[in-house]
Amino acid sequence: MDQALDPSARNTAPARARRLPPEAGILLVLLALAVAFELLGWLLVGQSFLFNGQRLVVMILQVSVIGIIAIGVTQVIITGGIDLSSGSVVALTAMVAASLAQSSEALRAVYPALTDLPVVVPVAAGLAVGAAAGLVNGSLIATTGIPPFIATLGVMVTARGIAKWYTRGQPVSMLTDAYAALGSGVVPVVIFLATALIFHVALRYTRYGKFTYAIGANREAARICGIRVGRHLVVVYAIAGVLSGLAGVLTSARAISGQAGMGLMYELDAIAAAVIGGASLSGGVGRISGTVIGTLILGVVTSGFTFLRIDAYYQEIVKGAIIVAAVVADQYRRRRRLS
Amino acid sequence: MTPEPATAAPALLELRHVCKAYPGVAALDDVSLELKHGTVHGLIGENGAGKSTLMKIVAGVCAPDSGELRLAGRSVRLGSPRAALAHGIAMIHQELNLMPSMSVAENIWIRREPLNALGLVNRRELNRRTRALLDGLAIDIDPRTEVGTLPIALRQMVEIARALSYESRLVIMDEPTSALTERDAERLFGVIRDLRTRGVGIFYVTHRMEELFALADEISVLRDGRHISTGRAGDLSRDALIRMMVGRELPPLPAAAPTAHGPVMLRVRDLEVAGELHRVSFELHAGEILGVAGLVGSGRSELAATLFGLTPATSGSIQVGGAEVTLDSPQKAIACGLGFVTEDRKDTGCFLGLSVLENLEISVLDRDFVRRGFVRTAAAREACGRMVSALRVKTPGLDERIENLSGGNQQKVLLGRWLLTRPRILILDEPTRGVDVAAKAEIHALIAQLAAEGTAVLMISSELPEILAMSHRIMVMQDGRVAGILERAAADQVTIMGLAAWTRP
Repeated sequence: MDQALDPSARNTAPARARRLPPEAGILLVLLALAVAFELLGWLLVGQSFLFNGQRLVVMILQVSVIGIIAIGVTQVIITGGIDLSSGSVVALTAMVAASLAQSSEALRAVYPALTDLPVVVPVAAGLAVGAAAGLVNGSLIATTGIPPFIATLGVMVTARGIAKWYTRGQPVSMLTDAYAALGSGVVPVVIFLATALIFHVALRYTRYGKFTYAIGANREAARICGIRVGRHLVVVYAIAGVLSGLAGVLTSARAISGQAGMGLMYELDAIAAAVIGGASLSGGVGRISGTVIGTLILGVVTSGFTFLRIDAYYQEIVKGAIIVAAVVADQYRRRRRLS
Repeated sequence: MTPEPATAAPALLELRHVCKAYPGVAALDDVSLELKHGTVHGLIGENGAGKSTLMKIVAGVCAPDSGELRLAGRSVRLGSPRAALAHGIAMIHQELNLMPSMSVAENIWIRREPLNALGLVNRRELNRRTRALLDGLAIDIDPRTEVGTLPIALRQMVEIARALSYESRLVIMDEPTSALTERDAERLFGVIRDLRTRGVGIFYVTHRMEELFALADEISVLRDGRHISTGRAGDLSRDALIRMMVGRELPPLPAAAPTAHGPVMLRVRDLEVAGELHRVSFELHAGEILGVAGLVGSGRSELAATLFGLTPATSGSIQVGGAEVTLDSPQKAIACGLGFVTEDRKDTGCFLGLSVLENLEISVLDRDFVRRGFVRTAAAREACGRMVSALRVKTPGLDERIENLSGGNQQKVLLGRWLLTRPRILILDEPTRGVDVAAKAEIHALIAQLAAEGTAVLMISSELPEILAMSHRIMVMQDGRVAGILERAAADQVTIMGLAAWTRP
């Protein structure tokens, strides 16, 4: 037990470091990247990167969908789990929602009798399908005790399969204007930020949040403290599913169609955003504010490279490096704070 | 009994003016010690006294800022645990460092496996060497056994065998008995005495004074990173050691009020859990401390888990406050007014990444601090703050992460977590394991006070002195059964051990 009171641990963080929120480091990375692109912008393209309102909106717009998924994934990661199914759930919900959002002009509507429905129907259907996928994830994990990685891997493959089977691989197009409006302009950005705010508050100030952290920090202790661990996990995965469903709705609205290939690899971008933002895959650690910053980092890199007119190939190469570097830097910072 | 080395021969290990500072704290301040050949050198001190740091320096885990290590008269620098091993210094860690999915032999000879002509591991030779090593220590384990299937005590033996496989001259043991039963500890002591006669020098770090007096030739006391004194074990008394460790007088063990029991709070009848508990019956009164003694594996912890709804009973009845209840989940147990401080702080107690506040409030969040799903943060902070000061938890604040607290203070936080639920029945499993002497006394006083206020306490402990000092009555368990329930006046270590080790014909 002596390690616990090892003097190295006794006066851990100097007072100054303790007052800084844990996101400070990653925020610094975001700012540094932005400044770097700003300087490169003036050097290479002769214009400003940051002082262009439209570009900033587009930048956040591009990552809003990833951001919404990442908010759910962050909560899953805090419980010590992982959700690999988000991308496939995006595809499945996009298909289902789109099929209920077709206008009467559609030539071969999926449900010819169900066209021109009010926009709330496809949205509700999309969220419901997302919730169902999340419930399957959560129930599998809670009742069978298989690792979340395996459970959500299974749902990932199955959901993609259902998405393809749903229209035998055909895209669903000719959607109503009201539905398409959901994906246009700043609507996704507003939804992303509103979702972030809601779950930021939920994690920090509600019983739901406290239990989520407790389960991730020590599952067995949580059980002994009277938390219904299985039930809570089902709720967390269901929320992640609903948010993937929301992402699917926005994706199909923005593309004005539903395609079974949508959302490919989104789950990995979302996990990356959460992890860059400081969530720990071993559970108990993570914040929505960090995830939002992580999402923005992904956005800055993507739009920065486009802005500099650098090949998209390089984008992915650099993105991978940034994910690893951000986590390494963060771990290094934490370890230094501990000694 | 200590073989005195010839006056000219240098000590096995001499530490000279060793200092080690961590940012802001002097972990070791000018410590000089000598370990002689063929002796057991006990090291004792409160948590944070510097014992572990000192042993890490000897084992090459960390380097001293200044000072010198002389091994058999020659100055050495130990840059790594591997370098220390090469010098014949082996450390047996508090947390065992074995690979559970590998065999005993593979664990012992890892990265030194004997190879055959093809460069593959020669299993027969590997097992033969292991057998020879284990036989030399009179340890009866099949070298091919998977380590994960062995009980803790045998794993420890494997760890010791591994240390000796390096031809170690100096072995460091850090709290080796913390997970052992009395009987296994005796076996370990046998091995240690055997090592001593072979000339091996042993540093033995412990909180348990009885062990020091049973084993050590010399005892050194550390306090706040300084070496307070070293003396021959025979010249020291328990009280003198405690005074040196804490630098102040300790309150005597609280004398629990003799049999002033209230009404029956918990009545257990013929409790049965398949393969674990058999016809367990007892009563626990309000205001009573019922000590539960028994060897590890006797069903004590299983009883606690069953009462708390973690492993539901197969049959039998439980009455709480006169009402028949079915305890099949922790929620129900908590609702019935039970609280449970588990035996393993790290694994089932603390939320290590979280703050003191979050560790405290969790069990009453629902009941006291939540309105429409939202946590009433101010109310929670206030109540937890009061609990922290009432229990005298040493922490910089409620937001400090619990892993930065000492074992004793962590334990107080866990107690506080359950006290917030205002339990009628408190189950404590090894409430003072791995806790330093001062915190231990405080926890004991607290338990006595809770009982005096009417809480029914079921206290499981492997430390007989603790059981004897604290309990009103003592229930001894053996092989999943109640072997006997003793009034305090009728109980002593011999009777208890007799019941605990008694086997059915």
